[in-house]
Amino acid sequence: MPAPIIKVDAISKSFGTFKVLDGLSMQVMPGEKLALIGPSGSGKTTILRILMTLEKIDGGHIQVDGEQLYHMERNGQLLAADERHLARMRQKIGMVFQLFNLFPHKCVMDNVTLAPMLTKGVARAAAEKRAIELLDMVGLADKAKAMPAQLSGGQKQRVAIARALALSPKIMLFDEVTSALDPELVEEVLNVMRKLAAETDMTMLLVTHEMGFAHDFADRVLFFDRGRIVEEGKPDEIFRHPKQERTQSFLKKIIAAGHRV
Amino acid sequence: MTQWSGYLGLILQGALVTIELTLMGSVLALIMAFLAGMGRVSRFFIVRAIATVYIEFFRGTSIFVQLFWAYFVLPFAGLSLTPLQAGVLALGLNVGAYAAEVVRGAILSVGREQYEACTALNLGRWQGMRHVILPQALLVMLPTFGNNAIELLKATSVVSLISLADLTFQAQVVRSQTGSTLMPFLSVLIIYFALALMISWGVRTLERRMARGLDGVRV
Repeated sequence: MPAPIIKVDAISKSFGTFKVLDGLSMQVMPGEKLALIGPSGSGKTTILRILMTLEKIDGGHIQVDGEQLYHMERNGQLLAADERHLARMRQKIGMVFQLFNLFPHKCVMDNVTLAPMLTKGVARAAAEKRAIELLDMVGLADKAKAMPAQLSGGQKQRVAIARALALSPKIMLFDEVTSALDPELVEEVLNVMRKLAAETDMTMLLVTHEMGFAHDFADRVLFFDRGRIVEEGKPDEIFRHPKQERTQSFLKKIIAAGHRV
Repeated sequence: MTQWSGYLGLILQGALVTIELTLMGSVLALIMAFLAGMGRVSRFFIVRAIATVYIEFFRGTSIFVQLFWAYFVLPFAGLSLTPLQAGVLALGLNVGAYAAEVVRGAILSVGREQYEACTALNLGRWQGMRHVILPQALLVMLPTFGNNAIELLKATSVVSLISLADLTFQAQVVRSQTGSTLMPFLSVLIIYFALALMISWGVRTLERRMARGLDGVRV
């Protein structure tokens, strides 16, 4: 059995007096597709942001790809990670945001090529060739010269996915990537993610309210509530036969709100 | 009539000096604004402290006094400046202090999500600043930079106090030589106003060009 690519060990995190993560532990295997579901404020987005080093942790340890994320070993001692260590660890991880976070002053092509050129020293020609491949994969090869403001939400999100992929991360984090989209644009983004899951062996962590998609897409579903994982299992177990009362009531509410499960 | 055209020539010479001062002062102000403005958001305390002291000092003291220091006091420290150099130094440092706050505010106005995208794409602090934050902040700075440049243009008249023959100085000369008050002062009024209009127009053009494609509203 291979070693987990992500090992989260007793992570705690508070915003002021609000405890978002309460001794959270979880493991993710290489290539695994994971869906994180749960009510808002349950900590599912926070753990993604922590993995992307966008939030600091208050306590605990995280291992990514065999190395400590927030710590580094020096002479057998575990020290807080410095910026260089974090930069090296970030190479393993990519993230797609709910609100796309494209660079509005750069065209689609430059959005995708900027980071590979700056952080990996890729030559422009090579970066653009790769960008065209990626834009082709997300179905936007003809939009390379467009500015983000000229794109629909679904197109923006697909550019954002291509931009994250351009750095070839081992792990991709998707934070409610369809929540800000008009309903008719959701499917084009989900299709890209299905394709990605089918064609690559990337590890993918997905925070979502699209229960139908989570069911079809994920190998494993984690149900978060109040900073802890209350229940986890195969999609069928969680969605069809949830054991915990809190999972049941959450799914009931979601279905009542008109979501397909 | 030939006499008037001679005096108008004097005033136009003064206008050239004013333009020269405005351009060179603006360049220095721009450099100082970015140095101090970015210094204000530095993560190093000492850099923030130096930037803050510079800004507060030059905003908090009169430009007259600053000019007199540059021209009359610095020589005692072994640094003798020509009137033009002293003028550019005082104007650039003074207006740069105001513009530094514009730079700082514009940098802080760029949304947190842009900084987070930089982190997620593993850009270094400086890379993100240079390629993502500053280009967007620049658009926010431009209108206020236009105001600052016009302020600087009007402030150039203080150099007449250290006998630099700028527009205001020449107007005084013409007035004392001809005894006419209306003609020289009306000319300089019009010239200052025309120069200020040119600055406004230039900045607006630049703004439009930079905003192109950014979003539907501003194009």
